[in-house]
Amino acid sequence: MIQKGNAWKYGSNIDTDLLAPISALTAAKPEEQYVQCLQDVDPNFAKSCQVGDVFVAEDNLGIGSSREWAPQYLRSCGIRVILAKSFARIFYRNCFNLAVPALVCTETHKISMGDELEVDMEKGVVRNLTKGEEYACDTVPAHLMEMVNDGGLMEHLKKRFKKAS
Amino acid sequence: MGQTISEKILARASGQETVKPGDIVTCQVDLAMVHDSSGPRTSGKKLDELGVPVWDMSKLVVISDHYVNLDDAAAKNVQDICDTWCETHKVQNFIRNQGICHIVLPQEGHVKPGMFCVGADSHSTTAGAFGAFMVGVGATEITGVMATGEIWARVPENVRMEVTGSLKPGVAGKDVILKICGDHGIMGFGYQVVEFCGEGVTNMSAQDRMTLTNMAAEIGAKTGIIAPDAKTVELLASWGVTGIDPAEWQSDADAVYAKHIKIDGDALAPQVAAPSSPENADDVGNYKNVKLNQAYLGACTGAKLEDLRMAAQVMKGKKVASGTRFLVAPSTVKMREIAAAEGTLGILEEAGATILPSGCGGCIGLGDARLAEDAVGISSTNRNFVGRAGPASSKLYLASPFTVAASAVAGEIADPRDMI
Ligand code: SF4
Repeated sequence: MIQKGNAWKYGSNIDTDLLAPISALTAAKPEEQYVQCLQDVDPNFAKSCQVGDVFVAEDNLGIGSSREWAPQYLRSCGIRVILAKSFARIFYRNCFNLAVPALVCTETHKISMGDELEVDMEKGVVRNLTKGEEYACDTVPAHLMEMVNDGGLMEHLKKRFKKAS
Repeated sequence: MGQTISEKILARASGQETVKPGDIVTCQVDLAMVHDSSGPRTSGKKLDELGVPVWDMSKLVVISDHYVNLDDAAAKNVQDICDTWCETHKVQNFIRNQGICHIVLPQEGHVKPGMFCVGADSHSTTAGAFGAFMVGVGATEITGVMATGEIWARVPENVRMEVTGSLKPGVAGKDVILKICGDHGIMGFGYQVVEFCGEGVTNMSAQDRMTLTNMAAEIGAKTGIIAPDAKTVELLASWGVTGIDPAEWQSDADAVYAKHIKIDGDALAPQVAAPSSPENADDVGNYKNVKLNQAYLGACTGAKLEDLRMAAQVMKGKKVASGTRFLVAPSTVKMREIAAAEGTLGILEEAGATILPSGCGGCIGLGDARLAEDAVGISSTNRNFVGRAGPASSKLYLASPFTVAASAVAGEIADPRDMI
């Protein structure tokens, strides 16, 4: 799978309280929820992110709670693939479960806000079209890619139970 | 080759003789826990969408603790959804508003050494204090567990975290784990299991050990685990779990560890983590003139019966400083009752504490303990990220129950060793 989009670039230690603030979790309407994603870091993010964009961070992305709203809000904002030098493990699993592949890329510091990126998940390559650079990234393990292609764990389970019945 | 406790549990749960780090295995789950936030309103709804029943109702525990005791419509709605779902699905183990899930779960007899458990909450690691292997997962993942009773796992490497010697009076498990946060960072042990051991750990009370495994989540670990011993057996027995043989779940002498780290328990000073990360931990003596608007004893980390006793030890005969609010939310209703009956709560109230209902509350910035704009607080909870316990302008320091109590008395960050 190849995903092309613009980079939203942040640093290290973006935690789940920043991605999914408690005020968003209790907001009545869905459209009042995901717009609060990252509001304490970059109020422009949720407003301007486009479908297909790439979320880029440095170390420890998604540290904190198990709240799945963190990757879910990123997805609602339009993010379709995430690159970071390292991920918190629950966040990492949540990303795949919600069909937003999370890939380790050790060179994310070379990426700037707004760079146009092309992420080849099968080959494990990130092409920075703005800067004319290429970086290596993780490939997605087969059992997870199957789930992502199904549209996430829920769709994957639906398929499994349909087969069984 | 020997196996660690974690490897023995993963091997049993996945039906293999042995496992080694890096193996991807499918495990049968012995127990799944969800709370009001990660359960009925999220994973419960998803399970209904799949149209399949819970794989084994005897193995599911639902605990309402996050949005409890709150006087607002959104929180009440979460409770209604939880109550209704548990009723219509005939959930056998629904523990309604009795305190925080990670403490209520073992307290109500659901945790035993050797179990493989998953919880839809990051501090599910807490159960490791009883020699169980418990990991936190997200809501969709736990839906999969509820539907199938199984989950994939990558067998993690093990880290041997040895605490030597004995903690000094006024120093507690919280100081050990904050020290580890400070030395190794919040992702210091990504994807690894941290096995806490050594004389310092065996000398700790079984309840205080829960603080170590609780905050395994703050050092990036997949989970934390502690070999069960006579103290574990005794505490579990007081919670109605009997017939435990701790010898069954010990790491072999020739088990393989990726790292062996030693912490000098004798030399450890009380630790304080500055805003806005647990990894900003340092000796209490390095915090001078930090004036406090609020001190909070709460959460699954720092309001267990033993934690309340630590605070009472400091506060006996003293008063909370004027200008500082001291709030106490005991981890569970049962622990609150014991603390009240034995006089521990009385000592805290006498000193000027306000006792709040049991639940997550102030830890996640809900209810009366939410920090005000620009407020500075100290708390026995586990996280002080921006915006977690109050607005982004508030600041939170993390410390042990001893240090929180001493600081409440002083009105600024203070060393509890001077007050015991
Ligand atoms: S007390 Fe805090 S850390 Fe513990 S379960 Fe509740 S919200 Fe999570």
